[in-house]
Amino acid sequence: MLQVTNAVVRYGSITALHGISFNVEAGEIVTLLGANGAGKTTTLRMLSGLHAPTEGSIVFEGNDVTLTKAHQFTGLGISHVPEGRRIFPQMTVEENLEMGAFGRRGPIAEDMEKMYETFPILKDRRKQMGGNLSGGEQQMLAIARALMGRPRLLLLDEPSMGLAPMIAETIFRIIGEIRDSGTTVFLVEQNAAQALRLADRGYVMENGRIVFGDTAANLLIDERVRAVYLGEEV
Amino acid sequence: MINYFTSHFDTLRLEFWPLLVGGLASGFIYAMVAIGYTLVYGVLRLINFAHSEIFMSGGFASYFVIRAVIGTSQPSGLESILLIGLGVVSGGAAGALVAVLVERVAYRPLRRRKAPALAYLISAIGASYFLFNLAGKEFGRYLYAYPTIFVNHPVFTIFGAGVQMYYVVVAIAGVIMLITLDRVVAKSKLGRSVRAVAQDAETASLMGVNIDRTIVVTFLIGGALGGAAAFLYGITSGVIYTMGFTPALKAFTAAVLGGIGNIRGAVLGGLLLGVVESLSVAFVQGSYIDVAAFTVLVLVLLFRPTGILGERLGRSA
Repeated sequence: MLQVTNAVVRYGSITALHGISFNVEAGEIVTLLGANGAGKTTTLRMLSGLHAPTEGSIVFEGNDVTLTKAHQFTGLGISHVPEGRRIFPQMTVEENLEMGAFGRRGPIAEDMEKMYETFPILKDRRKQMGGNLSGGEQQMLAIARALMGRPRLLLLDEPSMGLAPMIAETIFRIIGEIRDSGTTVFLVEQNAAQALRLADRGYVMENGRIVFGDTAANLLIDERVRAVYLGEEV
Repeated sequence: MINYFTSHFDTLRLEFWPLLVGGLASGFIYAMVAIGYTLVYGVLRLINFAHSEIFMSGGFASYFVIRAVIGTSQPSGLESILLIGLGVVSGGAAGALVAVLVERVAYRPLRRRKAPALAYLISAIGASYFLFNLAGKEFGRYLYAYPTIFVNHPVFTIFGAGVQMYYVVVAIAGVIMLITLDRVVAKSKLGRSVRAVAQDAETASLMGVNIDRTIVVTFLIGGALGGAAAFLYGITSGVIYTMGFTPALKAFTAAVLGGIGNIRGAVLGGLLLGVVESLSVAFVQGSYIDVAAFTVLVLVLLFRPTGILGERLGRSA
């Protein structure tokens, strides 16, 4: 579904990604692990056109999207839930959801009903300003907003960040349901244990490079992963 | 001292309604121009100091169109209404065109290079000087008066004060344009994209909003309102290459007064500024009305630094 080949991203004179390659197949949850500053968020930003790679290529469903602009990605079927949720604070929940469908044609009312079924709390809050929601509600809104674009690939950046464990649990359960309903998920997550339990495969990033990748089951028992990302004594 | 106040409050009491009507008329014009500042500030966080010349362009365009159409005839009735519509549309079209050109030539290249805010300011001042000097060179450095578009007789009276046709025209045109804009921004997809870019441009682009196009749209809307306002302003004040300076400065003041970035704030600020200016004539000489206007600005900002309604970027209500 998605193939990234030798992608290099630079910020000015700093190289953030040193030629990374990976792939995501339809129906998978693939997770990207790594310490802060390893380049996980940059990778996601590259995948939605916010930072075009200076070398290498990105191919999505057979189309070269390497130089596609950010605002064209939702139309292609890739939606991005950004780090920190980035809800429009002075728009209502309903308007935020409408924004999610901005890049595509077709009706939105039934999609919105579906979101309210998945996230009942958003229905209760639908006339409230996005900025007045709690962190967990905002995360649900951010995910629902991205799903309004009917993506085939959903990019999630740290969806459990700053959330109480119980809320994070709910978010992970919903991510599983999203995959089960047919949307492929590419997940960046600090909580490596939970991410690996949910994912089919994973990649590990260090200093702007992908150092290895494997099935999630293998990564969970990999000594390097356990030592560095699962915080266990080996 | 007491005498001073009683006599001036007497003037205010006697002249209150005519002064209020005149103040509201200039208030509508300030409001329409203020929206251009506030919209552009909302999406780009910069003050478009070339807006005064966008206003001036609308004034000249509508003047030339109206003069060509009227010739030596004496319009009346339906003709007058059509001419007013023509003036608003031609002024608005020219304002929109010049605004979009200013964005393309003076701002977009800087945005591409991620220039610091100061560079935009210099670029804006440059565009402003270029445009008004160009107008001065092409059209001459003197005042053009519009031919008579309608007979400026009193239409009705409130509390004994005759309300002249000019005020009615400005109020109707102003109300129609401001309400349309408010609805468009609150309800339409276009309006939502402008608000989304104002609140969080990067996330808006992730939703599929083309930021460049949205920026052009805000310049276009602001330019159209400013150009149309210049026609309404020019009917009584005439058209000259420097005509943008004072009304645009007042409109900028109005935008800050209401809360920059806030559309309803711009309207409120414009109306308030127009009325305060007008009523101040009861207390001070006419030549001091600008002092009164800016005194109000300073006082409001002392107590509410973000303006009356606050800096609510991209808010619909």
